Amino acid sequence: MKFFWRAFALNLLLILHVHAGVLVFTAIPDEDESKLKERFGPMSEYLSKTLDIEVRYVPVKSYAAAVSAFRNGQVQLAWFGALSGVQARSTVLNSQALAQGVEDQAFWTYLIAHKSTGLKAGDVIDKSMRGMTMTFGSKSSTSGRLIPEFYLTERFGESPDKVFERVGYSGNHSRTLRLVESGSYDIGAINYAVWERELAAGNIDTDEVKVIWKTPAYPNYQWSIRGDVDGQFGAGFSDKVKAALLAMDDPKLLQSFARSAFIPAQNSDYAPIKRTAKQVGLID
Amino acid sequence: MRSTRPEHKRWSVLSAPLVRTSLWLLGIALVCVWLADLQIRSTAPWSELARFGRGLIQPDFATFDTAIVALTRTLAFAFTGVGAAAVLGMGLALIFHYRVVRIFCAFVRSIHELFWALIFLQFFGLHPITGVLAIALPYAATFGRVYSEILEEGDRGAVEALSAHSGLISIFWYARVPDLWAHLTSYTSYRFECGMRSSAVLGFVGMPTLGFYLESSYAEGQYGEVGMILLIFLITIGSLRLWLRPKLVVLYLLAAPFLLGAGLPIVWGNATRFFTVDIIPSPLRNGEGVAGLASWLGDLLLYQALPGIGTTLVLTQIALVGTGIVALLTFPLISRLFVDRFRQVPGHGLLIIGRSVPEYLLAYILLQLWGPSMLPAAVALVIHNGAIIGHLIGRQSSTLRLRPDVVGGFNCYTYEVVPRLYRSFLSFLLYRWEIIMRETAILGILGITTLGFYVDSAIQELRFDRALVLIFITALLNIGVDSLARTIRWQLRLRTTPAKLEAV
Repeated sequence: MKFFWRAFALNLLLILHVHAGVLVFTAIPDEDESKLKERFGPMSEYLSKTLDIEVRYVPVKSYAAAVSAFRNGQVQLAWFGALSGVQARSTVLNSQALAQGVEDQAFWTYLIAHKSTGLKAGDVIDKSMRGMTMTFGSKSSTSGRLIPEFYLTERFGESPDKVFERVGYSGNHSRTLRLVESGSYDIGAINYAVWERELAAGNIDTDEVKVIWKTPAYPNYQWSIRGDVDGQFGAGFSDKVKAALLAMDDPKLLQSFARSAFIPAQNSDYAPIKRTAKQVGLID
Repeated sequence: MRSTRPEHKRWSVLSAPLVRTSLWLLGIALVCVWLADLQIRSTAPWSELARFGRGLIQPDFATFDTAIVALTRTLAFAFTGVGAAAVLGMGLALIFHYRVVRIFCAFVRSIHELFWALIFLQFFGLHPITGVLAIALPYAATFGRVYSEILEEGDRGAVEALSAHSGLISIFWYARVPDLWAHLTSYTSYRFECGMRSSAVLGFVGMPTLGFYLESSYAEGQYGEVGMILLIFLITIGSLRLWLRPKLVVLYLLAAPFLLGAGLPIVWGNATRFFTVDIIPSPLRNGEGVAGLASWLGDLLLYQALPGIGTTLVLTQIALVGTGIVALLTFPLISRLFVDRFRQVPGHGLLIIGRSVPEYLLAYILLQLWGPSMLPAAVALVIHNGAIIGHLIGRQSSTLRLRPDVVGGFNCYTYEVVPRLYRSFLSFLLYRWEIIMRETAILGILGITTLGFYVDSAIQELRFDRALVLIFITALLNIGVDSLARTIRWQLRLRTTPAKLEAV
């Protein structure tokens, strides 16, 4: 019995041990983990070198986990989608969007369909998709859910769960692609940047799956930072991070993000997303 | 040949309480099958399954070192969590006669460890304590109940022989524990095996255990890697008896807390915020008063809780009856009565694999292979639980003594062995009812619209107020099924306690 207690007490001691002084960042898991590692491993080296402090990337399993980690102050910096960024910044005082990719100013979502559906590409959403099956990406994805759900609802006059026989949430864009390619779902909503990159890499069987519609443009991904970092790491720290992000010019690093360059961003860039999310009912 | 039995007697078997209960369960399950969506969605499910099978047969050991670290973490979480739970549970067992303790335990137990993890993640974040508590809390509540049952059944002779001045703790420690030690440790080590499964599955929500890597490799179609991870997990669980020795356990428990990994620092303000802001229903937070609360709650119940409860019940009943059928079909594979010792080996292997792989993991795998419907979830639940019960009654059947002139084979199975085992079979099955339901609810996280789906959605939307109401409803449903199962067991006089049932 004694050793039980001793182990238990040791446990508590160890668990309460806290360490600080490291810049920790995370990102929404919008793609396969190996892709994220390719991207954020070098990213954390770059930040560490440029800022001259220890930087650590923490992988998470869901969009909500990324938002919670940011909100809870366990990470100070994060690569968010538009919606997750809005959710995260609304909960942390003085937090701000620092930088976005050039491509994020005007981002698109593609609706893709399996060949068995017989759907053809068009300028409007083809109403004959009613009654088919449809998968979004993550439940709180901007490009994988919010935007396509908004336009589908607008087109059909009712929400996707009433339009389609079944609505699924694949978890991320890589999975959406595979699920529609394999025919597990008839239709999917996918981030255009992921589609184009996979297409260029020859990873898509275009006999099986095709783009059938493209949404209007909207603002998307951004780096966001907590409001309290200057207090934690010294005055002007968030400006330093911003400068570091904007100065990123390693082509390999940029390519892993599927971005050509990073440009300044601000919270107000995402006001339209906030309105849309309210309309769709994803935020109160 | 004409039966010589009178007509009414031939059918009278149908009115026997055991048979009637079974037929009811079967009938309900058939209705549920009719209601359920059990299609295979994917266009090439079998070729994908074959690819997966090849991965299992040809595991890829390139990332073996990562997997070993993850295995160490899995063991560390299991030891720390279950160890803490055993201590807490023993404390709870001593005061289990208080009604409030019993209700508290029933409630804590009815919430799945993944739900606990999702709750703790909100304020401890990705810190090891999230995983440790997620295991320790529900396990402590289960230990509380089962330990108290073990204590109740024990012989009180030694207690009565002690001086009347002996203290409660010393009575417990010197007069009760030595007598029941074997029983307590065998149950605790069984729960440790469960803890290993829970710990692995916690990886799916971000703890650094095997589930974390398995999910990533699987999602990317790295089936060889999945095969490797599953293989080392199965070997670890299969060889439990070899390395889980009482003396070594001390060592493991001491080492485990140091092997949990660092995680991220805890910020304590988050806990306060969680309890004072996050879980307060949003209409109250926004000052919409009672009217706002009523419509908020009404919407939540009507559009999320009710459909969720419906799907959860349908899937549970299908899985329950499927479990029973699989158990009855598989137990002869490991029974001395039907197969000789040598030929029991493959049967044992099959059942060990079935019960060692957590149903969450199985469901996840099948869901990706067959596409989204209730089928993968039902199959996963049936395989896992069927293997557990098959194993239990298989072992029990080996202790039956048959008359020397008994006819072997199929007739012996239907007319002799199954009827004699049926009472314990049914009580195992009824005991697992609640467990199956708890698991069914959690499978919603994978996308089947059981209650877990709505809980997960609420958490993804950062609406913890809704998530908590839904978790609470899930807990009540579980408690309801548990007490229904208990009533049925009592009415059928199936008085076997879970302590005896579970100690595999």
